[in-house]
Amino acid sequence: MKIAVCIKRVPDTETRIRIAADGVSADEAGVKFILNPYDEFAVEEALQRKEKAGAGEVVVIALGPDAAQETMRTALAMGADRGVLLRADAIPADVLAVAKALAAELKDGGYDLVLFGKIAADDCAQAVGPMTAELLGLPCVTAVSKLELDGGKGVAHREIEGGVEVVEFALPAVLTADKGLNTPRYPALKGIMAAKKKPVEVKPVTFAAPRLRVAALEMPPARKEGRIVGEGPDAVPELVRLLREEAKVL
Amino acid sequence: MTAILAVTEQRDGALRKVSREAVWAARQLADQLGATVDALVLGAPGVDVAAADLGAAGADRVLVAADAAFARYAPDGYAATVAERAKAGGYAAVIVSATATGKDLAPRIAARLDVPLASDVTALGAEGGKVTASRPVYAGKAIQRVVFEAPQGVVSLRPNTYVVGSAGKAGAVESVAAASVPARVTVREVKASEQGALDVAEAEVVISGGRGLKGPEHFHLVEELAKAFGNAAVGASRAVVDAGWRPHAEQVGQTGKTVSPTLYVALGISGAIQHLAGMRTAKVIVAINKDKDAPIFKAADYGIVGDLFEVLPKLTEEVRKAKAG
Ligand SMILES: Cc1cc2nc3c(=O)[nH]c(=O)nc-3n(C[C@H](O)[C@H](O)[C@H](O)COP(=O)(O)OP(=O)(O)OC[C@H]3O[C@@H](n4cnc5c(N)ncnc54)[C@H](O)[C@@H]3O)c2cc1C
Ligand SMILES: Nc1ncnc2c1ncn2[C@@H]1O[C@H](COP(=O)(O)O)[C@@H](O)[C@H]1O
Repeated sequence: MKIAVCIKRVPDTETRIRIAADGVSADEAGVKFILNPYDEFAVEEALQRKEKAGAGEVVVIALGPDAAQETMRTALAMGADRGVLLRADAIPADVLAVAKALAAELKDGGYDLVLFGKIAADDCAQAVGPMTAELLGLPCVTAVSKLELDGGKGVAHREIEGGVEVVEFALPAVLTADKGLNTPRYPALKGIMAAKKKPVEVKPVTFAAPRLRVAALEMPPARKEGRIVGEGPDAVPELVRLLREEAKVL
Repeated sequence: MTAILAVTEQRDGALRKVSREAVWAARQLADQLGATVDALVLGAPGVDVAAADLGAAGADRVLVAADAAFARYAPDGYAATVAERAKAGGYAAVIVSATATGKDLAPRIAARLDVPLASDVTALGAEGGKVTASRPVYAGKAIQRVVFEAPQGVVSLRPNTYVVGSAGKAGAVESVAAASVPARVTVREVKASEQGALDVAEAEVVISGGRGLKGPEHFHLVEELAKAFGNAAVGASRAVVDAGWRPHAEQVGQTGKTVSPTLYVALGISGAIQHLAGMRTAKVIVAINKDKDAPIFKAADYGIVGDLFEVLPKLTEEVRKAKAG
């Protein structure tokens, strides 16, 4: 099985976000970057599928700055075979531009499966996977939390409000990984050492003029200072009164 | 004249609440742009379009694309139909709800149309004739404001962010063609979850429990409070989902669901940044925690410091009374 996994370098989820001086991006000074958490599920799934098939290749592809190579090493240390960095100093806010660059790279790759994370922790677009699939003309199931593959066919579960959709598709296909799909492995020391020697090909990418312009990045409006109504069960009647008369939600 | 297309969502033939929100948001935007609003319904032939509802929410026209394959979500057919309609109608914006279905559908539409997408939008506007959108990024830690520099754009709209009013439009029903494209993927079955249809992402009230509940056997206390409200769904912190006390579908937060209910009640939840990411846009937040320094109190509008095993039964009783009276 030849499998591609698209991975993104994102700020650690614990990071406090500060607005950069340009007013439209986040200040990266002192920020720790990690492999996007959902992409770990995608990498893990690819490795398990390859192991099960007994043969194949897992290629990780990242679009981003040079520093994304460090993120790529995490995936290589988990067991991916090689990497491709589509080098761009800045990642466009117009995620369709990202999907186009990824689709161009994937197009003639001969992949049986192309995996994405469900959502990137920074732009939270939840879009690059299905967009890339449309551009490639491939079947696509998003937010997959359970997967069965049998020969050239697959069945995936995806959570919807109040239930689960059971979706059938044929390979080659594009899937985006949700929590629950698997438990990502930690890279072993041996893997970390091996990752240093694995090949990473760097290809510069350029983008057309952006059609989605970021006008501002702002802190969320501060919530009005709350108050402690009281202590213990005795405070309940006052809370209920406030919910009813002041907040008008009861 | 410009127009806005609002894509509605139905399940088992019944329009979902988010549909009226999408139409209402389209109406607000259309009024700023001097545009009209078309609502698109995709469903099986004979789908009950609830046109009066959509007209009240602001639709000038209700377009119905019926196809036997549209009873359930059909990703390829839906995307092709919306894209064909969007192209034909020259809409300035296509608005989809950011539900499980809409988050799958919106990127497909944008890619087919080759137009930009703004996901999970919490506010729409117009600036010099261009559509603008605000959207939470970094799991809600910042808000990004974007401008569409294109004649057309796709937006997915976070549920519960627009409060639907009454627009009193005609909502005249017309039928439009469903695209005939091969289905590359097929939804074979929809399994309903045990918790029933009310999902945390859509409920008006969410009652969430955390590790402070001490064990799965105590979650009936959370469920009873939800029942007392009537319109409430039960949510959970990741700690209790990871412990296997509650299903993942109930998890609120960065790796769970994002909720914007009218009222969010956090019971025995400390208020970690990843939990806050999922619920900070709730209109009113109530926290009950025995630790007066728990970070959740910083986000809460109203807090009670106390043991939830003492506070919760009393609260359930009082809410029940308030609802009855
Ligand atoms: C990448 C990443 C993603 C994450 N995503 C999510 C996410 O999506 N959602 C999420 O929730 N978390 C998420 N987390 C985990 C998060 O950091 C916290 O660990 C988690 O939210 C804690 O859950 P909790 O508040 O239930 O438990 P705790 O932090 O253990 O808090 C329990 C609280 O209960 C109170 N309490 C105890 N007993 C009582 C009592 N008898 N009466 C009243 N109060 C009591 C305590 O004072 C305490 O405040 C994520 C973490 C990471 C690293
Ligand atoms: N710059 C990128 N490089 C590689 N993969 C990406 C990039 N951006 C997004 N992806 C992939 O698309 C998924 C969803 O991202 P998004 O649509 O931005 O939320 C991520 O989990 C990655 O798998």
